[in-house]
Amino acid sequence: MSLKIVVLAKQVPDTRNVGKDAMTAEGTVNRAALPAIFNPEDMNALEQALRLKEQNPGSTVGILTMGPPRAAEVIRQGLYRGADTGWLLTDRLFAGADTLATSYALATAIKKIGDVDVIIGGRQAIDGDTAQVGPQVAQKLGLSQVTYAEEIMKCENNRLTIRRHIDGGVETVETPMPVVVTVNGSAAPCRPCNAKLVMKYKRATAPLERTTDMPYANLYEERPYLTLTQWSVADVNGDPQQCGLSGSPTKVKAVKNIVFQAKESKTLTGSDTDIEDLITELLNEKIIG
Amino acid sequence: MNNVFVYCEIEGTTVAEVSQELLTKGRKLANQLNVELHAVVAGTGIKGNVETQILPYGVDKLFVFDAEGLFPYTSAPHTDILVNLFKEEQPQICLMGATVIGRDLGPRVSSSLTSGLTADCTELEIGDYDDKKSGTHYTNLLYQIRPAFGGNIVATIVNPDHRPQMATVRSGVMQKAVYEGEAKNETVYPDVTKYVPAEDYIVKVLDRHVEAAKHNLKGAPIVVAGGYGVGSKEGFDMLFQLAKELHGEVGASRAAVDAGWADHDRQIGQTGVTVHPKVYIACGISGQIQHIAGMQDSGIIISINNDPEAPINKIADYVITGTVEEVVPKLIKYYKQNSK
Repeated sequence: MSLKIVVLAKQVPDTRNVGKDAMTAEGTVNRAALPAIFNPEDMNALEQALRLKEQNPGSTVGILTMGPPRAAEVIRQGLYRGADTGWLLTDRLFAGADTLATSYALATAIKKIGDVDVIIGGRQAIDGDTAQVGPQVAQKLGLSQVTYAEEIMKCENNRLTIRRHIDGGVETVETPMPVVVTVNGSAAPCRPCNAKLVMKYKRATAPLERTTDMPYANLYEERPYLTLTQWSVADVNGDPQQCGLSGSPTKVKAVKNIVFQAKESKTLTGSDTDIEDLITELLNEKIIG
Repeated sequence: MNNVFVYCEIEGTTVAEVSQELLTKGRKLANQLNVELHAVVAGTGIKGNVETQILPYGVDKLFVFDAEGLFPYTSAPHTDILVNLFKEEQPQICLMGATVIGRDLGPRVSSSLTSGLTADCTELEIGDYDDKKSGTHYTNLLYQIRPAFGGNIVATIVNPDHRPQMATVRSGVMQKAVYEGEAKNETVYPDVTKYVPAEDYIVKVLDRHVEAAKHNLKGAPIVVAGGYGVGSKEGFDMLFQLAKELHGEVGASRAAVDAGWADHDRQIGQTGVTVHPKVYIACGISGQIQHIAGMQDSGIIISINNDPEAPINKIADYVITGTVEEVVPKLIKYYKQNSK
């Protein structure tokens, strides 16, 4: 059977390279100050989606992302690897969303996309590590969910068989579709970009990314696939009260940089004498046995 | 009404340690707020088997949901139980383990009740909050404190207007202790069919393997932990040798796990295991907040790092400036020579 697959992907600040201006005064993330990357576990999810598409001829994969206009890069990265389409949810009203407001926005977009069989994303994003958005989207759409997935093993009779991690082990579950699946970073890595697809889609942009003096204006008229779908809150019939900061029950009370309480420490070198003295001291004080 | 709830996770008929740790924390919060501590557990064939593992931690009222299909855990039936129970009971706080189950269930419940949920908290406190925009003063909110943003900062999160205030906490972050005060210790066995519609047993578990943990990192008296400075998987072999000599266990920082040098279940930190050993030997670990959150309560901290400015050195009792390659073999050598 052919499947309509939506990949939930997020552009995230690369938290491995964080500077001092990383946070705003309100305690939310200042995304503009940081290098932005495709959330790693969403890449694992994309690979599972592309495999499912290959095994089920006639299927399509679309990338759904929410963020500022530059987050359209996530859609391009998906198209380069074999996705068919994408949707960028972008609106100032979406800004400052916690996981609940984010899942509300994604769920309304999925309703607008319509008739989706599989919604798949990474287990969690590296900027929050919460793992909440997948299950919250599933609940909002009234769908079943399989989290911590390692591999989609089978798609038969409108049901998926999925191997997933649990604490201390693994289990295999069978779920009806439509379903929301979240994928671990230990799942199969995503395939690289396909050179032909890069050539085809490298000028694909969302309207908000474009400036008036774009040299390729005529290209967008000739090739409609180079215009990425871009949706505002109104486009997905969203309730502004449930989006962004106003739709977020959690508030950041305080943010602080940790100052470690300095201890009085002994400083040693790696010399034989220093190490032997340390071991003798620890043994004498019965700290080690 | 307005009580503190803890969702107790089970494997078969054994209550998870993390749930007992949260009961102890939940009891303290309930005492501070002058309310009751309630616990909820769901499984199959658990009646008569789980009560004694839960009530001693200061539980005033325990809800046991026992029916076919509630074990192994699947998302929808457990969500139904919590959502419908919370609609009746209106708790102000709900805690659960930041386990695979807690992280599957918590968001589903919070989404259904449109309440806020904070994942992987490292501290929970009660305090006040002023909303500057609306000028509202809130008293006795749950402060949900967690490292955020890749562990570069620590954030205090509050849910001023929505109930319950939900938080997940990793295993080992809180310490369990049998409650010495008075608790009501009432147990009730609600009719599961009133909470879970039959059609919600929708996901089938076909096959399941759970193994006992291969190591006891959480309870080890001595932990030898490696970070990016270890440099390779072979470098970790050396740490295993040292740990074996000292009768300890090997842990790793997130960077070392991400590099593939150590298994995921050895990760120490906010998104891994929290340890409280007598001795913590940090080998080539710089000391991001997210790592420190998982080991700062260790007795003696020894840091081996070729960077004398490594953040972890600030909390170390002994700082050895040198490479892991150079220092660890010497530790092994002189321990062998001088012990016994």
